[in-house]
Amino acid sequence: MKKMIYLDNAATTRTAPEVVEAMLPYFTEYYGNASSIYEFGAKSKEAITKARETIANALGARDNEIYFTAGGSEADNWAIKATAEAYRDKGNHIITSKIEHHAVLHTCQYLEKNGFEVTYLDVDEQGMVKLEQLKAAIRPTTILITIMLANNEIGTIEPVAEIGKIAKEHGILFHTDAVQAFGQVPINVDEMNIDMLSASGHKLNGPKGIGFLYIRKGVKIRSFIHGGAQERKRRAGTENVTGIVGMGKAVELALSTMEERAARERELRDYLMSRILKEVPFSRVNGPRENRLPNNASFCFQFIEGESLLIMLDMGGICGSSGSACTSGSLDPSHVLLAIGLPHEIAHGSLRLTLGADTTKEDIDVTVEAVKKIVAKLREMSPLYEDFMKKNAKK
Amino acid sequence: MYSEKVMDHFKNPRNMGEIENASGVGTVGNAKCGDIMRMFLDIDDNGIIQDVKFKTFGCGAAVATSSMATELVKGKTIQEALEVTNKAVMEALDGLPPVKVHCSLLAEEAIHAALWDYAEKNGIKIDGLEKPKSDISEEEEDEEY
Ligand SMILES: Cc1ncc(COP(=O)(O)O)c(C=O)c1O
Repeated sequence: MKKMIYLDNAATTRTAPEVVEAMLPYFTEYYGNASSIYEFGAKSKEAITKARETIANALGARDNEIYFTAGGSEADNWAIKATAEAYRDKGNHIITSKIEHHAVLHTCQYLEKNGFEVTYLDVDEQGMVKLEQLKAAIRPTTILITIMLANNEIGTIEPVAEIGKIAKEHGILFHTDAVQAFGQVPINVDEMNIDMLSASGHKLNGPKGIGFLYIRKGVKIRSFIHGGAQERKRRAGTENVTGIVGMGKAVELALSTMEERAARERELRDYLMSRILKEVPFSRVNGPRENRLPNNASFCFQFIEGESLLIMLDMGGICGSSGSACTSGSLDPSHVLLAIGLPHEIAHGSLRLTLGADTTKEDIDVTVEAVKKIVAKLREMSPLYEDFMKKNAKK
Repeated sequence: MYSEKVMDHFKNPRNMGEIENASGVGTVGNAKCGDIMRMFLDIDDNGIIQDVKFKTFGCGAAVATSSMATELVKGKTIQEALEVTNKAVMEALDGLPPVKVHCSLLAEEAIHAALWDYAEKNGIKIDGLEKPKSDISEEEEDEEY
């Protein structure tokens, strides 16, 4: 079999071997329930405490502010729904952006059906939230601002510190979905005035199905899963000890390698973006050049459709993703690409390539060559391209 | 997600390309929803489809249904071609995922649109053929990049 080139690290990542190794003893050796009295159970408890400390340190938080969840989606749901419920007396207005992950958007839409009002802020052509529009959207009834730290499709890093400052000045809670950003860019919850933050293990070489919600001390937030007294009675359920240990290890690794890894990925990514722009006609980069996740490259190729491109890349052993309608299960292309102002037909031709620590320059070269060939082949098939060429020939 | 037949037609599309001075050309779909199909027919004096070519902007299923549709109408009479329904195309491909059924409808419409163009050019009427709805809009094609 041909070597696989995995360029979909925003979808999920390979669990690092060190992470698996750290997890293994907690399956077969230290399998005790962390809530048990006996010494054996305490082993599990210790491991959870250690992971919690690692994560708290990574964010400049305290360990009693970290609550483990079953992933990023749960953390987003919890943060938004439970805040809405707890602060209902104060108001019913929530501010978010048009480019959030569906875990945030669909939760907000759900609340709208239950008497809440939600403002979905526009973004500029780079995907950046406009601070003036945010300020103007604030009402006396606003209880929550939830805006992602970095976008999963086009890599835009939002001005979270400024947003946090605005929220604080107005006495509004600020939640940020940091699922893509955590472990990629430095985050400090105090400096950025973040009250709640969601993250997920599988995006940073940790296991799937584990994540956490950071909740600043003093934030009134109800439990989301009712039951036992785990996670300071706020998130019931026997702890996912192996997952938590894996997540802790993954965070430790991600934080200790962040600077070096980001520099390397940024260089490879910039090389990828400049080659594509130079060598594939009628192509564009989505999202900003600066203020961008180091591993994210997002493109649109005019006259072609993203799913066809992905299948052909897959035939060459290359894994990528697209925001085309055909890959989303609906007829509309990605809400993010539409929000940055791309017309439908261009948004259909999108390709996202997200690098990882294992990505090599050779991988990028192979990928660029494949993209060039495939785009040319699909254009040869495309009636849109035919029309365009004929129109140009007439001019 | 796709059957082997769909993948085969996607990887090796049959009759892809265009026919110069075709007897009939039909384009259906629109770029907004992400699928456009164009069919070119070469029909001889006896009303037999001697050649057929297609061009498609769209997903794997859109390419495969266009390709299969061309195979199903090639060498057939106009009446036989009219009977090639989206169901026939889907069956020939061993099925499509539910979200992709609209692609097969587009393939059927593209053939009808090409036949309609042929009938108009020749001032004839084809029994059982209705004017296909083409939702291609000129403005959309003019979108500047
Ligand atoms: C920005 C963002 N938020 C939330 C999620 C959901 O995380 P999880 O898969 O851990 O539920 C993802 C992952 O797809 C994401 O990219």
